[in-house]
Amino acid sequence: MAEIVIRNLRKEFGSFVAVQDSTFTVGDGEFFMLLGPSGCGKTTTLRMIAGLELPTSGQILLDGKDVAQSRASARDIAFVFQMFALYPHLNVRRNISYPLVSQGMGRADVRRRVAEVAKILKIEDILDRSVGGLSSGDRQRVALGRAIVREPKAFLMDEPLGALDAEFREHMAEELRALHDRMGATTVYVTHDQLEAMQMGDKIVVMNHGVVEQWGTPQEIYDRPATMFVAGFIGSPPMNFVHFDATLEPGADSVRLSGHKVPIPRIAEGVSGRKLVLGVRPEHVALSDDGAYRGRVVATEYLGTTQIITVETANGTIKARVPSSQAARVGETMALSFNTATLSLFDAGSGHALAVDRAARRAEREQNAHG
Amino acid sequence: MSGYSITEPTLAQKWIAGVLVVGYALLTILPLIWIIATGFKSPSDAIAYPPKVVFEPTLEGYVNLFTTRTRMSPEALEEIGPPETWYDRIVRQYDMVISGPSRYGERFLNSVVIGFGSTFLSVFLGTLAAYAFSRFKVPLKDDLMFFILSTRMMPPIAVAIPIFLMFRQLGLSDTHLGMILLYTAVNLSLSVWLLKGFIDEIPVEYEEAALIDGYTRFQAFYKVVLPQATTGIASTAIFCLIFAWNEYAFAVLLTSGTAQTAPPFIPTIIGVGKDWPAVAAGATLFLVPVMVFTILLRKHLLRGITFGAVRK
Repeated sequence: MAEIVIRNLRKEFGSFVAVQDSTFTVGDGEFFMLLGPSGCGKTTTLRMIAGLELPTSGQILLDGKDVAQSRASARDIAFVFQMFALYPHLNVRRNISYPLVSQGMGRADVRRRVAEVAKILKIEDILDRSVGGLSSGDRQRVALGRAIVREPKAFLMDEPLGALDAEFREHMAEELRALHDRMGATTVYVTHDQLEAMQMGDKIVVMNHGVVEQWGTPQEIYDRPATMFVAGFIGSPPMNFVHFDATLEPGADSVRLSGHKVPIPRIAEGVSGRKLVLGVRPEHVALSDDGAYRGRVVATEYLGTTQIITVETANGTIKARVPSSQAARVGETMALSFNTATLSLFDAGSGHALAVDRAARRAEREQNAHG
Repeated sequence: MSGYSITEPTLAQKWIAGVLVVGYALLTILPLIWIIATGFKSPSDAIAYPPKVVFEPTLEGYVNLFTTRTRMSPEALEEIGPPETWYDRIVRQYDMVISGPSRYGERFLNSVVIGFGSTFLSVFLGTLAAYAFSRFKVPLKDDLMFFILSTRMMPPIAVAIPIFLMFRQLGLSDTHLGMILLYTAVNLSLSVWLLKGFIDEIPVEYEEAALIDGYTRFQAFYKVVLPQATTGIASTAIFCLIFAWNEYAFAVLLTSGTAQTAPPFIPTIIGVGKDWPAVAAGATLFLVPVMVFTILLRKHLLRGITFGAVRK
């Protein structure tokens, strides 16, 4: 298994720049997610790691060795395709043994390795079947089998659950994560499904328009989005954006929304006369009867234990996730308050988050936890 | 899975469909039956009016097809003695003796060599070209594809004179190599277009999987793409063979002695004594190789014709 370091990776297709300047590191044994909307460059990045596309510039270090310009077959990695790409003219056993045969491994060893893999994936009973008649779940397992049989340096997966139906997907995601934990294999996994990424990944890279927007653990990405894009892409319903204009001194710890003072985490840098955006996740909005900052309820969605309440305020619509037990009727006016420590502040022009005074935020967190 | 009509046809509809199908089958098979039957008729039966449906079969046509004969005076015949074999006997009815084999066998062999040779070349080159067009970034790809197709838009006879002159300069006139090259050139456009369609349908992920599994580009093509393209290759081969096998115009113009194929030869048989049964026999035998080839590849051909129509 290996560490994969991506440095200043760039890919152009003619005049179109698919990946601009990606830099991130996939740690040894990590389950690493490349997340983003379609066309963001995540699949191109994966294909460059695999060697199916050659980068225009930049480095791909696999175990410390730059493989950016070497052939796919020379990289010792395995790839699981979205449509599985099982060889239709071969049966399950021969599909799985294909990469071993290509390395010139002896027949007895191939048989033994295929048997081991079949046992891990619980597909021993279908080894001699043709791949044509298999269910999508079994095809998925065979595709995984073909990948793990080689014991490669890393696994690359391009939306491997995308072709499965929703019900089975959940199950397969668990199975995949369990398999990863057992084998400790470095895995790079491409998905456009933020839930899948949060649920399975150790680390996530969020990409948009060929640019790495943020790179971190699921918690970091959820709690401290680096850009408005990440904030809006992760979470359902997405983070509320409250637009306002302000001039803030470094160390400021509150902003004014339509004349009402709203406390924020202490910011490290100052801004003057700029359009700003206050980001607040729906679960961090509290609704009550008393308070100065008020809005009118325009819709409620019942979700079982929680409900989503849409409130019209002077600064736009805000969605709040509150317990279902809380009474809220459409047309009512309610007061809103935000969980200060969780708020994000963005520069509307650049879309980037304003740096927060970390020490202050931590202190506030602890205070919140104890209070 | 499918997009078929769900209503069950009524009995009347089934009958109408049946009658239409049988009618069409008869229409297409009748000339074939006529040719095959004529091959077994005697020359007088062959030109009898009204046509004879019931007749006494004879192998005269086949004997005449394969032999050259000389008419002899009764005295000379007496000198030779009575006929010894069944074919001698047939010929002797007309006071003739067999003087040697005809050139039919030779012409037939020419057809086999040129037909299968050019088919192999067209499909071989066509597969490689189609694969490249399908998978690689080729500059001016669309224009090149159109250019390749455009060679098929004019009647071949339009270029017969230039080709004739070119062949004479190059010493390719009346050679097997010349005819193989010519038919390959004509068939290549068809084979590139057909095969590109088939190869486009094969997902590129199969090759990518093979590349990652440690194969080179050519091994991936050979071990993964080719097995999946067999249907396309088989149906393309049939179309190419049928063209090369039946081609008449070029063969008449460019071959005479050594490399003449059967199509221009068969009509020349008629020259000696309105020998329709021999012509029919020649045509019947000429059908056999293509029929066998087509029947062998029939399964593929059917899928080839309907490809793209039904999605898996």
